[in-house]
Amino acid sequence: MAFVQDAPKDSFRLGMLIYDTRYRAITIQVIVLTLFLLFLSWLVNNTIENLAAKDRSFDFGFLWQRAGYDINQTLISYTNDSTHFRAALVGLLNTLLAATVGCIVATILGVLVGVLRLSKNWLVGRMMTVYVEVLRNVPVLLWILLTMTILSETTPAPSDFRVTEAMIAAGEAPKATMMLWDTVAITNRGMNVPAPLVEHGLPRLELLGMSVNSNVLAFLVVLGGSLWVNSRIRGHARRVQEATGVRPVTWWKSLAVIVLPTVALLMALGFHLDIPTLTRFNFKGGTEILHSFTALTLALALYTSAFIAEIVRAGIMAISRGQSEAAFALGLRPGRTMSLVILPQALRVIIPPLISQYLNLTKNTSLAIAVSYMDLRGTLGGITLNQTGKELECMLLMMAIYLTLSLIISSVMNAFNRAVALKER
Amino acid sequence: MKNTVILGALSVVALSAGMASADTLADVKARGELNCGVNVGLTGFGAPDANGNYQGFDVALCKAVAAAVLGDASKVKYLPTTGETRFTALASGEVDVLIRNSTWSFQRDTDLKFDFVAVNYYDGQGFMVKKDLGVSSAKELDGATVCIQTGTTTELNLADFFKANNMSYTPVNVADDSEGQRQYLAGACDVYTTDASGLAASRATLPDADNHIILPEIISKEPLGPLVRHGDNNWGDIIRWTYFALVAAEEYGVTSANVADMATSTNNPEIKRLLGAEGELGKMLGLDNEWAKRAIAASGNYGEIFEANIGSATPIKLARGLNALWTQGGLQYAPPFR
Amino acid sequence: MTSVIPFVRNEMLPEKEPPLRERGVVHWMRQNLFSGPLNTVLTLLGLAVLLWVASHVLPWLMHSVWNASSLTECRDIITQRFGEGATGACWAMVKERWHQYLYGFYPMDLYWRPNLAFVLMFVAIAPVLYTSLPRKMLWFTAIYPALTFWLLWGGSVWTPVVAMLGFVILALIFRALVGKLGVPVSAGIGVVVAALWWMFAQGPVSDALQAAIPLSITTVDSDQFGGFLLSIVIGVTAISASLPMGILLALGRKSDMLIVRTLSVGFIEFIRGVPLITLLFTASLLLQYFLPPGSNFDIILRVIILVTLFAAAYIAEVIRGGLAALPRGQYEAADALGLDYWQAQRLIIMPQALKISIPGIVSSFIGLFKDTTLVAFVGLQDPLKGITTIVRADINWKGIYWEPYIFAGAIFFIICFGMSRYSMWLERKLKTDHR
Repeated sequence: MAFVQDAPKDSFRLGMLIYDTRYRAITIQVIVLTLFLLFLSWLVNNTIENLAAKDRSFDFGFLWQRAGYDINQTLISYTNDSTHFRAALVGLLNTLLAATVGCIVATILGVLVGVLRLSKNWLVGRMMTVYVEVLRNVPVLLWILLTMTILSETTPAPSDFRVTEAMIAAGEAPKATMMLWDTVAITNRGMNVPAPLVEHGLPRLELLGMSVNSNVLAFLVVLGGSLWVNSRIRGHARRVQEATGVRPVTWWKSLAVIVLPTVALLMALGFHLDIPTLTRFNFKGGTEILHSFTALTLALALYTSAFIAEIVRAGIMAISRGQSEAAFALGLRPGRTMSLVILPQALRVIIPPLISQYLNLTKNTSLAIAVSYMDLRGTLGGITLNQTGKELECMLLMMAIYLTLSLIISSVMNAFNRAVALKER
Repeated sequence: MKNTVILGALSVVALSAGMASADTLADVKARGELNCGVNVGLTGFGAPDANGNYQGFDVALCKAVAAAVLGDASKVKYLPTTGETRFTALASGEVDVLIRNSTWSFQRDTDLKFDFVAVNYYDGQGFMVKKDLGVSSAKELDGATVCIQTGTTTELNLADFFKANNMSYTPVNVADDSEGQRQYLAGACDVYTTDASGLAASRATLPDADNHIILPEIISKEPLGPLVRHGDNNWGDIIRWTYFALVAAEEYGVTSANVADMATSTNNPEIKRLLGAEGELGKMLGLDNEWAKRAIAASGNYGEIFEANIGSATPIKLARGLNALWTQGGLQYAPPFR
Repeated sequence: MTSVIPFVRNEMLPEKEPPLRERGVVHWMRQNLFSGPLNTVLTLLGLAVLLWVASHVLPWLMHSVWNASSLTECRDIITQRFGEGATGACWAMVKERWHQYLYGFYPMDLYWRPNLAFVLMFVAIAPVLYTSLPRKMLWFTAIYPALTFWLLWGGSVWTPVVAMLGFVILALIFRALVGKLGVPVSAGIGVVVAALWWMFAQGPVSDALQAAIPLSITTVDSDQFGGFLLSIVIGVTAISASLPMGILLALGRKSDMLIVRTLSVGFIEFIRGVPLITLLFTASLLLQYFLPPGSNFDIILRVIILVTLFAAAYIAEVIRGGLAALPRGQYEAADALGLDYWQAQRLIIMPQALKISIPGIVSSFIGLFKDTTLVAFVGLQDPLKGITTIVRADINWKGIYWEPYIFAGAIFFIICFGMSRYSMWLERKLKTDHR
């Protein structure tokens, strides 16, 4: 707290640096800064001395050396001939993927559970309470390990899908079959789902040193265009409605505008699904979603959803009863009351703590170490660190990346929070 | 403020106590305890039992060194290390010697500034598969899913092997041996690859050991041995020659049971020198003359240690193979004690 | 006029029971379970989930084996008792190894020491939480850290005593100078002198005292700590040590001084921005670079220091919340009374802000306590993964999977659930006397 004080206006003395509150603040700041800088230089000096004593260097050159190891989930092309830098990039993308999917699932589950916990249904309410209490009072590490075990212990091995000559002769069915018209196979290694493929695709684009799949790009451009046209149509319909009170029927226009161009594009590209098939050891083809990924994301989502559920519940309870009573008085049904009246207001209470849950989830993806999901810690902070022995460089780089990630997430979410916050008069 | 500063004070106390100087032997003697970096999760090589007593093949060497240096095999502080923390623990002086199935490789010996002083187990990377897979050679593993421990040389070997044979594979990186075994058993991978000794240990403990085979290919050389920091050659010598004493003891038939008698009764001058009945070998190491006698008495000679922890009498049932004495067609060979 | 005598009932009819559907179990069920189509569906779904879980878990639990010496023996017993193909839980492992889950490798004959420290912990916390207790008990709280340190690690009693003397010196210097120099400067001088005491006098003085009056108990090394003992030691030390740091950081963050504020915000945001596991790896891998060459100390201590820094950032945010919750009038009233900054903090702001923050502090502690399981990744024996790895490396228990996790998970649940309920109760209690 600042104090307004009428100090006598006498000439400056050295003692005033300590005794005079006006100058004391400056003195303290100078001392703190000096101490901080001294501490920092002490650390740096120690590091330099230690590196010299161990005859080690501090450079990031190793990032451009051949990595030599393989990663089982790569969102960008990667082989064991790629560099450590690319391995780190693969890891970072895996981290981001797990964090994004985890946040989405956690939000959906959390909102659902939070709302259900307030349900008048006794059984459901109790079950949700148990859900929340059990999930949030046990270390997340346990959930990750358990989810991984359950996923890999309760699913069939790829060999169980095999139909041999002998089995056909004996009329036996294989122990396991694929799901959804033989397109999805869930094995104890992961989920093999069909992958979209194009027959005669466009060449890959080289943008900023990154290879971009132009098929996806074309698809997104066409879809975006269709959506834009659709929004124009809806806008027009709204204007007509406001002018005449009758809303023209637009659904067939929307449908045609959105569906036709994309279908045409896909037909032109020769789109088909790549369906996984059983080979000697594994299912090949399609996309494999590894259980380590599923386990990590699911466990983090479940754990975080318990916290989100509590946040949502608190948010809803913070809205005064008058609001829902007013909504009922207007004749709104409970569902619409929730979605139109309660949730929009509760959102303002919910978002700030939600941000920190998202941040927690993102940071917790580093527990991928427990199920050997190859995230940033697994590549840069794990195998690369081990193979090169550059612990200082790897760890510092990793911390810097996580820090940047957290700061980006919190600033984006804070901006969003400001946008939806109640504009006080 | 209180606890923070207590910790600060403690750290200052600990700092002054734990200075790792260049003379490890003097440090160990002053401390009265050997800090030995071990693995805590590898059956047969290093793991504590229900009473917290560490046991295993690697642990026995820790005990032998402690017996040689401090005169008491129980004066060892076992510091659990993981694949990721082990080298840092050694480099920072947290442990005096790392005896944790670590592979002697060029980069570790030079770039990481360590000295591998001996090879106490000659290993190689192998593959274990289920019998019903119908695979008889590692060359048939194209497209397989492979369980592999992270943070080890095995990853690189595996990538090299599959590349050299133009095959593809899906790695499943597991954190430790028990996790690898579980994943393999659950069928999360077709193949489990690690050092052949570890495979044998895993296979031995499977409920249906006969349904699993270890493929004949050994795709790498994995000389596992104790290592120390660069720059303290005397300390390296002590570890190295303690180990050689155990090997030589087996060669000459000195066992933990007869070591006391042998020292007086033998006429073999080499055994006499080894056990300190003749010459001043201990002095040259900076120890007393009984050092080797105590090291052997601690948990026996190399052969005894092998048999007690991982040999055919144990559930792990490892054959001596490359680790037999050179006289029996193996590679274990101690230079002369003179 | 017809004389119709109107029927007037002059006694009350006995109350009729409500119809069957409006009373008892049926009514309750109609009200709470089947009050509408949606609710009915939800109920049925819930029942289905419950049944599914029970059908998978119950047989396994029913087939529990408590006495066996190895997993193979367990499996044999289960097959023998419940037939071929039956699966069951093998709690014999827990029976054999429970003490490792609780105490790690702490010497068995010394278990009374951590037990005593644990019990005393409640005595030490009590006066902080219950203001009705005699204030003299706070003195016990003050010496508790040193006492526990001595109990857990053992060794000469003089080491903690002399360390505590440092605090006495700090307090004396502070009291002597505070009137003249103000709080920050006199505290700074006090800390410097105390640090000098610890650095240079601690060793010789405690050695001399030990030589004069030898008083010591068996030393237990840090590497023998494990299991829940380790979790609790790390958790409790980190939270209590981070409180003062957290308060200073929270004040720093609200300070008018630009540099102090920037540094506080920077520290808090840095710590909160990186995962705990990277800080743990810092403790195990990087600290050796940041400290003077050749220095090297206990991994548990290093982990505690880093976890303390981690907790401090979170506690700072909790306390900042407490400070923000105080009405402005409190600050203004303090100014109006003519109190200076530190007096206002000590007498008016902090007592209230801390009280509001207690539930938040407890939940931080719960979070931190759960996070102590991560120390397994730097090679310490946490109850969840570290001890379990050790157990599974034993040839007798190789391949055991669910039981250790369930056992450790259950203990975590009991502790954390208990604490969270307590903090909720506390929150309610604090709320009422606040309004």
